[in-house]
Amino acid sequence: METATKSAAPLAAVPPKTNEFRRFVRVMFSRKVVIISLLVLVGLVLVALFAPYIAPHDPYKQNLRDALQQPSGKYLLGTDQLGRDILSRIIYGSRASLMVGFASVAFAGAVGVALGLIAGYFGGIVDTIIMRLMDATLSIPSIILALSLGAALGGGLKNVIVALGISLIPTYARLMRGQVLSVRRSDYVLAGEISGARSFFNMLVHVLPNCVSPIIVLVTLNLGTAILAEAALSFLGLGVSPPQAAWGSMINDGYNYLARHPIMSIAPGACIVIVVMAFNIVGDALRDALDPKLRGSL
Amino acid sequence: MGTYILRRLLLTLVVLFFVTLIVFLIMQMLPGDPALIMLGSDATKEQLEMLREELGLNDPILVQYFHWLGNVFQGDLGTTINHKEDVAKLIFSRLPITLSIGILALCVTVLIGVPLGVLAAVKRGTFIDSVVVVFTNFAVALPNFWLAVLGVYFISIKLGWLPVQGFVPPSENFAKSVQHLIMPVLILSTSSLASVTRQTRSSMLEVIRQDYIRTARSKGVMERMVILKHALRNALIPIITLLGLQLGHVVGMSVLIEQVFNIPGLGRLLVSAIFQKDFVIVQGCVLVIACIVAIANLIVDILYRYVDPRIQYE
Repeated sequence: METATKSAAPLAAVPPKTNEFRRFVRVMFSRKVVIISLLVLVGLVLVALFAPYIAPHDPYKQNLRDALQQPSGKYLLGTDQLGRDILSRIIYGSRASLMVGFASVAFAGAVGVALGLIAGYFGGIVDTIIMRLMDATLSIPSIILALSLGAALGGGLKNVIVALGISLIPTYARLMRGQVLSVRRSDYVLAGEISGARSFFNMLVHVLPNCVSPIIVLVTLNLGTAILAEAALSFLGLGVSPPQAAWGSMINDGYNYLARHPIMSIAPGACIVIVVMAFNIVGDALRDALDPKLRGSL
Repeated sequence: MGTYILRRLLLTLVVLFFVTLIVFLIMQMLPGDPALIMLGSDATKEQLEMLREELGLNDPILVQYFHWLGNVFQGDLGTTINHKEDVAKLIFSRLPITLSIGILALCVTVLIGVPLGVLAAVKRGTFIDSVVVVFTNFAVALPNFWLAVLGVYFISIKLGWLPVQGFVPPSENFAKSVQHLIMPVLILSTSSLASVTRQTRSSMLEVIRQDYIRTARSKGVMERMVILKHALRNALIPIITLLGLQLGHVVGMSVLIEQVFNIPGLGRLLVSAIFQKDFVIVQGCVLVIACIVAIANLIVDILYRYVDPRIQYE
């Protein structure tokens, strides 16, 4: 009896939120591969931020005498057809990938969450119109939609962000709507309505915070998707405008010299794979850590 | 069942109506004057104005939209700006190539992905499971155009096993056609294969824990029958949903694969039309692709009933 009382005391002393946080940290960092992925992502952000200090050469300076050089002490990954250092271009290319990835996902998340929240909260004709529009957008494969939007808006970083962002909106809207519908009839939301809270206030204060976890997971997983899509657009020549370095366009440039100089295509592609894998692994780990279904089982 | 199909069909039509609206609006955003692109910079002001009037470009946007929609319903997708060809004819001459590659890729996905997912689930926690999980995580992150470039370098250039690029119709030379298709099909199926394998594994793991599986085992049913007849059939619903979605993904990704392998399909037509600013072709391609995806989703919804008789539509 005494033992039971003793063991119960410390549990009661720990506030529930601390338990939640500890559980999150334990699940999130339980696998080495997640820690390695996080380190890769932190490294990538640092490389992108400090690119001018890290890059061994000017990524835009053409030097035709040194064109298509094999890897050497001077050029660690060799040079491209215009004599530009491939490693430096990869380092600068990380900026375009990260910028497009974060900005397009932020744009899609903001618009998609707002649309899903409005559709789920108000229901009726508003819901029907928004969701049919989202269904229609989903019927167009995202890369085709991004391509058409990219063509309509023109190339360049900003337009690529908008094009990719629009193609990602429906996923957020659908997820958010589903979440809102599941909490819409909860006591605390109804209590807010009864006490006279305005719809907008009620949505922001009571509904939104209870739907955030799956959105965070989707954001992380979508960062990889957006980076892949940006690379695809750049590969087709409809992404970031040249001469700005982008991993996708570097693969395309290298394709013309594949037999003689395969590293031009292989190196930037390998970077894409590593970064996308890292985002996916962190996203999966976040889902495991935030998913209530797994609580207690891990 | 009939009512459900009718309702679902109506819903698909509503979605397609919105698709036409989106496609039309995107094309309105395209830079450049179509009349100027068609006639060239030598055209006089009067000629440009006449053509604009003829094409209906001076009409209010809603009139233009309904005029275009009316033509679409009659199968008229317009004529190309550069070559004055019938867009519908052009698209439907390219579509079979893209669809055949896409359907073959989906077949590869099902034939390899489902058994691989089942195997990983049955052997959960073993070395085989770990290999499958690592493979799927890796394959999902692979840009397929990069994989195509690697394939061309290692398999075609270095080893000389398959042709580098091009497309040969099966009616012309079947053996050569197969040789040209192997790499595009396999590469196109990679990411779908990874998604389907992951989905099959997780669906199977969920089903395997159910009571009726335990009951079947305790009754002495052979393990193979338990897995194939009792578990897999019940795990199929999310897999079929994913396969429906994968058709759109595969058609979308074919744009890139057709570019790398120089295949004259719909994707390549779309990309070249974008560069030539031929908005009529772009509009037609996007519309046709969206229709295919919407119809595939409709078929998937109807298929549920046959796979799982417990689903009631009414």
